[in-house]
Amino acid sequence: MSNFTEFFSFADPNVRYVTLGSILITASSALVGSFTFLNKKSLLGDAIAHAVLPGICLGFMLSGTKNPFYLILGAFITGWLSLQVVQVVTTRSRIKEDTAIGMVLSVFFGIGILLLTVIQKSGNANQAGLDHFLFGKAAALVGNDLIVFSVVAIILIVMTILFLKEFELVVFDRNYALSLGLPVKRIELLMTSMIVLAVVIGIQAVGVVLMAAVLITPAAVARFWTTSIRAMLIVAASVGAFSGLAGAYISYTAPSMPTGPWIVIVVSTLALLSFFLAPRKGILNRHFKQKRFQRTIQDENVLKALYQLGEENKNFYLQRYIDEIIRKRKLHPQRLMASLHRLFAQGYVERSGKLWGLTEEGKTRAQRIVKIHRLWELYLTTHVNIAPDHVHEDAETIEHFLTPELEADLERILNYPTVYPHKTQSPYG
Amino acid sequence: MEKHITPAHPALEVHDLTVAFDRKPVLWNIDLTIPQGKLVGIIGPNGAGKSTLIKSVMGLLPLSSGYCKLYDQELSAVRSRISYVPQRESVDWDFPVSVLDVVMMGRYGKLGLVKRPRKADMDVAMDCLKKVGMESFANRQIAQLSGGQQQRTFLARALAQQADIYFMDEPFAGVDAATEKTIIQLLQSMTAANKTVIVVHHDLQSVTSYFDWVILLNTRLIAHGPTETVFTQHNLQETYGGKLTLLSDVGDLIRREDFPNREDKAV
Repeated sequence: MSNFTEFFSFADPNVRYVTLGSILITASSALVGSFTFLNKKSLLGDAIAHAVLPGICLGFMLSGTKNPFYLILGAFITGWLSLQVVQVVTTRSRIKEDTAIGMVLSVFFGIGILLLTVIQKSGNANQAGLDHFLFGKAAALVGNDLIVFSVVAIILIVMTILFLKEFELVVFDRNYALSLGLPVKRIELLMTSMIVLAVVIGIQAVGVVLMAAVLITPAAVARFWTTSIRAMLIVAASVGAFSGLAGAYISYTAPSMPTGPWIVIVVSTLALLSFFLAPRKGILNRHFKQKRFQRTIQDENVLKALYQLGEENKNFYLQRYIDEIIRKRKLHPQRLMASLHRLFAQGYVERSGKLWGLTEEGKTRAQRIVKIHRLWELYLTTHVNIAPDHVHEDAETIEHFLTPELEADLERILNYPTVYPHKTQSPYG
Repeated sequence: MEKHITPAHPALEVHDLTVAFDRKPVLWNIDLTIPQGKLVGIIGPNGAGKSTLIKSVMGLLPLSSGYCKLYDQELSAVRSRISYVPQRESVDWDFPVSVLDVVMMGRYGKLGLVKRPRKADMDVAMDCLKKVGMESFANRQIAQLSGGQQQRTFLARALAQQADIYFMDEPFAGVDAATEKTIIQLLQSMTAANKTVIVVHHDLQSVTSYFDWVILLNTRLIAHGPTETVFTQHNLQETYGGKLTLLSDVGDLIRREDFPNREDKAV
């Protein structure tokens, strides 16, 4: 725990810089990756991430130093080259994009590993630390590297803000952007260059192998929680920043640990949580919504049963035992009791001892359900040409969720009917 | 440099246009001229090249031969006068933007790179939404729209460009009858104001009541001109009949054998 306070007090300037650098890098990757995600090109991000490794090795071999400028240059060239190869292969041959990406990814990465091994065997004293590019080491972000990488990250963030409108349009509707006369090719070149740059700086913190997670997963998390692109970018950047912070912390407390896998575990946990908890799109929410809906259907069916019993002996407010209700509508007694208690709490039914009956509000609600049921049956028989004996099942569900507007439309289309298919009268007489 | 445009200039001139996909020609030697202020229907069977024709005119596809001119000028000179409504299914409607965001895209061509939309652009966008009866949906996420509402959103975006010639790819596909009526009335009021509207259409029933000009297309041009003279039983039979199998067989041969479909001019 002392590690925790020591780290988060940021008393050590080194910790401060490493943390700031990591946050900038992962946040900018998340921003750039959001467009890759929206463009459904997530796999391409992975391919680029792997393809920068040979570039880094070549940059080192040719310059003989770990000067970040040469490494970035090398990485940029091979990362960009990999994209071009994917494009040429997909357009010039019958090979589809997913196959092309898979091939390019493994070939470039294979060459990268080969070069890395050559460097390690060469005995060059400068090479120590190059292997950090495989799995990342946030704590190694010091001195010059940190400044260069942070500047690149800031440039990426600023460019995203500046070109937000263009990126949005090109990703959403490329042909339309072309028809407006926008320089789509150049905008796309800018976008891919930014992806390559994000990868190049990101691998220091995360490593080549897991870079795609930092690029894509924050966007996937953000998409669960947001509906506008601006909000999505902000959330994605925050998720990225948080994972960067986590990475820096882990790199600080456990120096022998590679940072990348930990960052990936942090973002993936967030993604998993979002998958379950997010409003609207989350699994849990959808599950509960279904449950709520099922309950409403059951409750309304109980009201309907009471109403139909009322129709039979012309007294809607007569109170009855639950056996009588069950005879009208087959329901498990326990479920029926649960429904009755809910309806009682909402003021739709009254009780005296073991007897239950509709209130005024309950009758009105039941009447509406019955009416929609009959309207829908009529609509299906007269306008959709469905046999009268097939329409009941369908109406049993429709009656519970038709909106008042659609109900009004339906009445208008049917010319305000009073007689219905199953020889029943309008519930309003 | 944009020249002055007089009503005498044809809105669109297509000369000897050939377009190929994967070497197989989908449009073959098309020649046509369309005057200004017409509501034009492009009619033909599936795969006849209807969408390809409007995409080629707007420079979205490479041409194998021929040229297109708008108002007697090159496309690049009149780009700001052209507006496009793509097929509704061509985009991902789950994209995280609002209806107003989409309509604002119609202003991006005039705005220029990096610049933010201003109040005036917003006003134009809202005004266009009003024209298609969607003003109350401005802040709705596009994922929540019905098919007809999606189509009207696209239409509003095209209107926001304030162009002179509109190319629309199946604007009536998947819309309800009421929306279709709203759209056609809007298009008719546009042509009354001397705008030219060119529509890819596939419902033969409504052709005579909707369009004052038709282009009958089936890989080659069958006929084009005023609806009453061109939209005849004979022309329709030729458009939809199976007479063109030889043409498509030759096209398949070109693709299969990898023949260049034009002589290589570089040699």
